[in-house]
Amino acid sequence: MNFLIGAFKPACNISITFSDGKSRKQVPMKKENGKTIMVSLFQSKESIAGKVSIEPLQGKKIEHLGVKVELLGQIEMYFDRGNFYDFTSLVRELDVPGDIYERKTYPFEFSTVEMPYETYNGANLRLRYVLKVTVSRNYGGSIVEYQDFMVRNYSPPPSINNSIKMEVGIEDCLHIEFEYNKSKYHLKDVIIGKIYFLLVRIKIKNMDLEIRRRESTGSGANTHVETETLAKFELMDGAPVRGESIPIRLFLSPYELTPTYRNINNKFSVKYYLNLVLVDEEDRRYFKQQEIAIYRQQDS
Amino acid sequence: MLLIGAEDEEKWLAEGIAGIQHNAFYLHRALDSNNLRDALKYSAQMLSELRTSKLSPQKYYELYMRAFDELRILEMFFKDESKHGVSVVDLYELVQHAGNILPRLYLLCTVGSVYIKSKEAPAKELLQDLVEMCHGVQHPIRGLFLRSYLAQISRDKLLDIGSDYEGDAETVMDAVEFILENFTEMNKLWVRMQLEGPGRVREKREKERSALQELVGKNLHVLSQIEGVDLEIYKETVLPRVLEQVVNCKDDLSQYYLMDCIIQVFPDEYHLQTLEMLLAAFPQVQPTVDIKTVLSPLMDRLSKYAASSADVLTEFLQVEAFTKLSNAIEKVIEMQVDMPAVGAITLYVSLLTFTLRVHPDRLDYVDQVLGACVKKLSSIPKLEDRWATKQLVALLSAPLEKYNDTVTALTLSNYPRVMDHLDNGTNKVMAMVIIESIMKNNTCISTADKVEVLFELIKGLIKDLDGATDELDEEDFKDEQNSVAKLIHMLYNNEPEEMLKIICIVWKHTMAGGPKRLPFTVPSLVFSALRLVRQMQGQEGDIVGEEVPATPKKIFQLLSQMIEALSAVPSPELALRLYLQCAKAANGCDLEYVAYEFFTQVFVLYEEEIANSKAQVTAIHLIIGALQRMNVFNVENRDTLTHKTTGYSARLLKKPDQCRAVYACSHLFWVDGQDGIRDGERVLLCLKRALRIANAAQQMASIARDSSGPLTLFVEILNKYLYYFEKGNKQITAAAIQHLIELINTEMQSDSATSDAFLASTLRYIQFQKQRGGVMGAKFESIKL
Repeated sequence: MNFLIGAFKPACNISITFSDGKSRKQVPMKKENGKTIMVSLFQSKESIAGKVSIEPLQGKKIEHLGVKVELLGQIEMYFDRGNFYDFTSLVRELDVPGDIYERKTYPFEFSTVEMPYETYNGANLRLRYVLKVTVSRNYGGSIVEYQDFMVRNYSPPPSINNSIKMEVGIEDCLHIEFEYNKSKYHLKDVIIGKIYFLLVRIKIKNMDLEIRRRESTGSGANTHVETETLAKFELMDGAPVRGESIPIRLFLSPYELTPTYRNINNKFSVKYYLNLVLVDEEDRRYFKQQEIAIYRQQDS
Repeated sequence: MLLIGAEDEEKWLAEGIAGIQHNAFYLHRALDSNNLRDALKYSAQMLSELRTSKLSPQKYYELYMRAFDELRILEMFFKDESKHGVSVVDLYELVQHAGNILPRLYLLCTVGSVYIKSKEAPAKELLQDLVEMCHGVQHPIRGLFLRSYLAQISRDKLLDIGSDYEGDAETVMDAVEFILENFTEMNKLWVRMQLEGPGRVREKREKERSALQELVGKNLHVLSQIEGVDLEIYKETVLPRVLEQVVNCKDDLSQYYLMDCIIQVFPDEYHLQTLEMLLAAFPQVQPTVDIKTVLSPLMDRLSKYAASSADVLTEFLQVEAFTKLSNAIEKVIEMQVDMPAVGAITLYVSLLTFTLRVHPDRLDYVDQVLGACVKKLSSIPKLEDRWATKQLVALLSAPLEKYNDTVTALTLSNYPRVMDHLDNGTNKVMAMVIIESIMKNNTCISTADKVEVLFELIKGLIKDLDGATDELDEEDFKDEQNSVAKLIHMLYNNEPEEMLKIICIVWKHTMAGGPKRLPFTVPSLVFSALRLVRQMQGQEGDIVGEEVPATPKKIFQLLSQMIEALSAVPSPELALRLYLQCAKAANGCDLEYVAYEFFTQVFVLYEEEIANSKAQVTAIHLIIGALQRMNVFNVENRDTLTHKTTGYSARLLKKPDQCRAVYACSHLFWVDGQDGIRDGERVLLCLKRALRIANAAQQMASIARDSSGPLTLFVEILNKYLYYFEKGNKQITAAAIQHLIELINTEMQSDSATSDAFLASTLRYIQFQKQRGGVMGAKFESIKL
């Protein structure tokens, strides 16, 4: 499609601007081509208002069958590229069929839009929000313009947030007790905890704490799981002795995390795990994985 | 893995240094351009070089020092917020993002120290956090260096905090708590090094560990430098915590080093006031710890401290330092069953030195120490170990040196018991030391009891000890016995009664010494007794009543016993001389029959024991000399004795000897003095007889061979003539002298002998007398030359 557009110059320039674009927070977003652009940030139930201006090329007129702007929430599976599943679709008609001779501007507004899901760029899928302007024509195809924007939703701090405490081990070999101060962390949170060695009969070389992201797509037999290690944080160097207590303090802010997403539109889930890994001198790995929930907290 | 070559290690070190330099280059660039992000990145990469496990502690230290220098520069950068624009609070979080723990913690410590200095957060919390986070490094060497870095970088801040009295005492405690915590963890890591690797590299491991001990001890050093650590804090917090760690770590190297470190870094005053606590730790350490080399310096330091001022000394008394030390040593020895004797003895030596310095007036303490030592040694009859023996000698010598007065040592009841544990050779050496000490200090030992004790001490010299192997060096033996002889002269009391007791005791002991020793010891004893006799003679008037136990008679009885023992050795010549001395003394006391008895013994000896002709000549001359001075004898006794003497003289083997003895006998009949015998006739008789013998000798000589011998005899006789002539012996006439001179002249001519110097002087003397004039000149006038 693209090369066709490139081959035939578009008959007009379409630009989409948000009415509060200047004051709205801009955040970086990675495009498919690897480039990062800055886009406006919204959250659910905000009104999305702005202007669409259409400017025909010099001396040309555009005959159209109507102009509309759509707000789309889409999920795109990479194994089924190009096929979007729209979970949200709102339309505003901007113009009745007619001709445009000169630059024409249409204000639009989608008030208190429900956008329950966050923009997400995963390993096997992406979820995006976009404004789509269509100038419908009889011939020469419709002229379409997109404007991406990003959605992030904030959660209040959970009312119940228990610590994770567990004793694990291999009989007569290694017994440890670990504790993470919470089970739910916000994105800029710090994981505080400690590992207490009850029994050490193996020669441990070091111990790491990993943050792993598990993204599962599809359902039933078609479920596809992709696990990524986002952080590998060394907690301990050398072999501890019995009774030793090793502190954990892991700042989450340096890592590119998202909140935990559970069964988004029956399409996918993203979960986070803390993986405690002990490596012995023969490079054998002993690990214990624990799920943690991550949420986005409103910046104060 | 085990056989890491030195070359490989050098290579790894070089690689590590190169890595540090490389990253340091970029770090400097980042710092110059105030680029915090890069600075953190490159510093973390640089510090990653310290993650190596391949280097020995010494090499690792080199690497560490390189990184350390760079970190100082980084610290300066962190300090200056205007350069990087990040608050220290944020910086403190930022450095914790590093994925690897070792670089992360080094950076955390670096920022932490800046943070403390900024006072933006309570120092206590920051210190607590740093020391806690360092738990993450459990590798012994890396952990030790990391914590050492923490200690190093926080040191000046701690000293500030610790000395900051403007706040309250709590800030001091914060600093103390921090150091103690860090110290404890470092020690644990250090101890753990020992457990790493297989047993056969143990020695190497220990060497490596020793190289690292300073890192651990540094903490204690810093503690001692904090002004706020007063006695109270030291007593309540510092010492108990440190000792707890020392005891609990159950590692001999660590225990040894740390105890030593405590003793060295903290002031003496603290040790004195916490002595009990400090000492209580010693019995709890591992049996392999060399306690003596730790405790000894402590006692040494304390005793020096005690000497520093009188006020301090009272403190020692207050805290009962001696009792505490003594108890501690006892406990240590009790607990460490396997401690070699040398260790125990060394401890006692130190304790004794301490006692002598601090409580020189407390002899009971000294005795107590010796007693404890005896107790320890009770299981070992004789020490075999050379070092132990050496220490024991030191133990025994210390009181002698201190008191300069051996009598003091004699009052120590345990002293001889300690000596018993020495082997025979050393026992003798020790006995010699005692004697030398007495001689050096000119100590007079004046009571019988002390003499008894003394001889008990030096019994190694006095008699053959049980099981002594007789491989004595003759010279040594002589030296020893001469010393004993000298010692006998040092035993003296002005009271005759006590003196007699002393003599009896000495005699009792020396008698046990056997024939080899008697010739050395008896003369001293005899003269010592004779001195007593002469002394009593001087105060004769005082001796009245029959109850007096010490009379010359008694002493003479004892003397004859002694000399008799000597003659049984046999050592007749010595016995003979001593008899003569006794006879002289008896003469002085006017005890005729005693003197006669002694002379009888002399003659018996002469007849029965002295066979050697040379010895006979000497003996005869001695007898003549002695007899000539005797004035106690009545005529009859005297005649008997002189007769015997002249008889023996004439019966000597060689003619010249006969001749000389006979003319010497002439003196027996001519004694100067008021009531001396002057029997001119018998004098002449003797001289004539001497002449006859000389003649005979001359004839014999001329037959056998040419000899000027007999002529000398004539000149000698001439001299005798002249002597008596001058003394006024009427029987010796000028004519007789004239005759003798002529005789000599004739002999000279026939003998064609060269001029005789002796004769020439004699003639010159006559000439001189003639020219002198006066009575003597007139007398000599008639002699013509």
